[in-house]
Amino acid sequence: MNHAREALRRLRGQNTVWTFLVLAVLVLVFSILRPNAFATVFEFRSIATESAILVLLAVGQTFVIVTAGIDLSVGSVLIFSGVVAVRTMNALDSGPHAGWGVIAAGTGAGLAAGLGWGALNGFLIAKAKVPPLIVTLGTLGMALGFGQILTHGIDIGNVPSALADTVGSGSVLGIPWLIVVAVLVVAAAASGLALTRFGRYTRAIGSNAEAAGRVGIRADRHLIKVYALSGLLAGLAGVLNLAHFSSTTLTSGTQDNLNAIAAVVLGGTSLFGGTGSVIGTVIGVFIPAVLESGFAILQVQSFWQTVAVGAVLVAAVYSDQLRRRRRQQA
Amino acid sequence: MPEPLLEARGLVKTYGQVEALSGANFAVYPGEVVALVGDNGAGKSTLVKTLVGAVTPDGGQILLDGRPTSFGSPRDAQALGIETVYQDLALAADLDAAANLFLGREQLRGGLLGALGVLDKRAMRDRAVEAFAELGVQLGDIGAPVATLSGGQRQSVAIARSVAWASRVVFMDEPTAALGVVQRGRVLDLVRRVRDRGVSVVLISHNMPEVLSVADRVEVLRLGRRVARFEAAETSLEELVAAMTGAMDGAPPNEENEGDAA
Ligand SMILES: Nc1ncnc2c1ncn2[C@@H]1O[C@H](COP(=O)(O)OP(=O)(O)O)[C@@H](O)[C@H]1O
Ligand SMILES: [Mg+2]
Repeated sequence: MNHAREALRRLRGQNTVWTFLVLAVLVLVFSILRPNAFATVFEFRSIATESAILVLLAVGQTFVIVTAGIDLSVGSVLIFSGVVAVRTMNALDSGPHAGWGVIAAGTGAGLAAGLGWGALNGFLIAKAKVPPLIVTLGTLGMALGFGQILTHGIDIGNVPSALADTVGSGSVLGIPWLIVVAVLVVAAAASGLALTRFGRYTRAIGSNAEAAGRVGIRADRHLIKVYALSGLLAGLAGVLNLAHFSSTTLTSGTQDNLNAIAAVVLGGTSLFGGTGSVIGTVIGVFIPAVLESGFAILQVQSFWQTVAVGAVLVAAVYSDQLRRRRRQQA
Repeated sequence: MPEPLLEARGLVKTYGQVEALSGANFAVYPGEVVALVGDNGAGKSTLVKTLVGAVTPDGGQILLDGRPTSFGSPRDAQALGIETVYQDLALAADLDAAANLFLGREQLRGGLLGALGVLDKRAMRDRAVEAFAELGVQLGDIGAPVATLSGGQRQSVAIARSVAWASRVVFMDEPTAALGVVQRGRVLDLVRRVRDRGVSVVLISHNMPEVLSVADRVEVLRLGRRVARFEAAETSLEELVAAMTGAMDGAPPNEENEGDAA
């Protein structure tokens, strides 16, 4: 009895629950306003598909923000990795019917590129002690710049059709591949953060890096791993992005980093580090997506969505600060 | 007296122009509470840090069981059963008490899950509940982040963590400084209970009545050097203050001269 009440009280204190309620209310409101258009399986599935790539970026960002860091580079790393992946595939077989071996090699190259940028971020932050904001602002520029250099600034659309038709826009058992990949990544990351030693060290470092160091946790090594993870997921997102749009999408994605950070914060992860949840982040991705879709269906100008998300974001961080201040006084 | 468990001989540590330790001696004997007292800036915290491997001394010797040792890091000292409660609490405020107790020493599940790094949260929680109960620490909600606990409870968690892992010595740097009267009493009870379990306690404190009530012995540091040592039962507040301030410099019975290993 007492236990149940404790658990309930703790649950209520968690930002994730509030975010989920916001999402549920949004879905409910739009569904009531336009039941035929909004509350359909098709609409939900297309929202999920559109969001799948952002989910990957936001999941990596969650780990980073839990360490009290930030990764601004994810959108550029996504594009760079897509470029590397398609260049590798084209180098091996430039025809539209390149086989799965070629696709696998390109995918591997794309993932490695993402991992590399992430590890570089981590190294500069943990070892060279340059603040995360500056390091990832720098690699944001560098990764995008290199991506443009490798393509001379012209989008490459020569993506093997085997990749584009399956992973890019196909389904398994009626579920789009993009959603399948995102769900698998979310499941692994959510358990990783909540249940494993890796997740616990991530929280501990974000909470009190000095305390973690005193008990023998190598905060520098762990930070490198966390940023590398974020880079790796951005690399995977890059390959999926390439498959989905059949293009390197050089000029899009400038908002990706902000959208990812917004999703993490909306999902209840504290910008001050120490606490966070991957499931919360997924909910945080869906709030702007649902808003956008809902506004489109209601024929409200879609620009209102960015206004609404911006306002909610500031409110979320403000309430997190209030919570922390209250806690300090307790 | 038996051989000291842990001993410092002629430790020197300088920070730029400041000589925090200038040939400091210090000894901890098995199963005792020894208070380390001295004015602000006397070098107490620095001495403790050198003895637990957090700071490398510029000169002098550290002996464990009579044998010269050197600790490369706090981890080395911890491996030998020496733990520290730091002056600024070294807890991760967002984690709960059990997670803090096991921080850096997490228990993993068996088999494949363990290989994947999955924590055995239940086992750790059960052991934490036991450890807190054994020391009489009352937390209420053990799953709550440490940040939501009171100052005294947080201090108790920090102490319980050190005690749970220390097999030989626990250093406590002003563990009661930030606490109210009631919580202060609890922490002192905790200190006695730790000693009764056979673990030595080195207590740094500015509160002389507190020192006299809980310590078996007192060692006095002044200007980076040990200037006096007392049996707590045979000394008085006035004598301690005199030693700390240097008022008794001259011909005190207990004073030891530089290089005198006493
Ligand atoms: N990390 C440090 N850098 C510079 N000076 C220090 C440092 N740590 C201690 N000191 C100096 O060494 C002297 C002793 O400090 P400390 O050991 O903290 O004394 P106590 O704990 O007895 O008050 C003080 O003068 C202090 O300013
Ligand atoms: Mg001090």
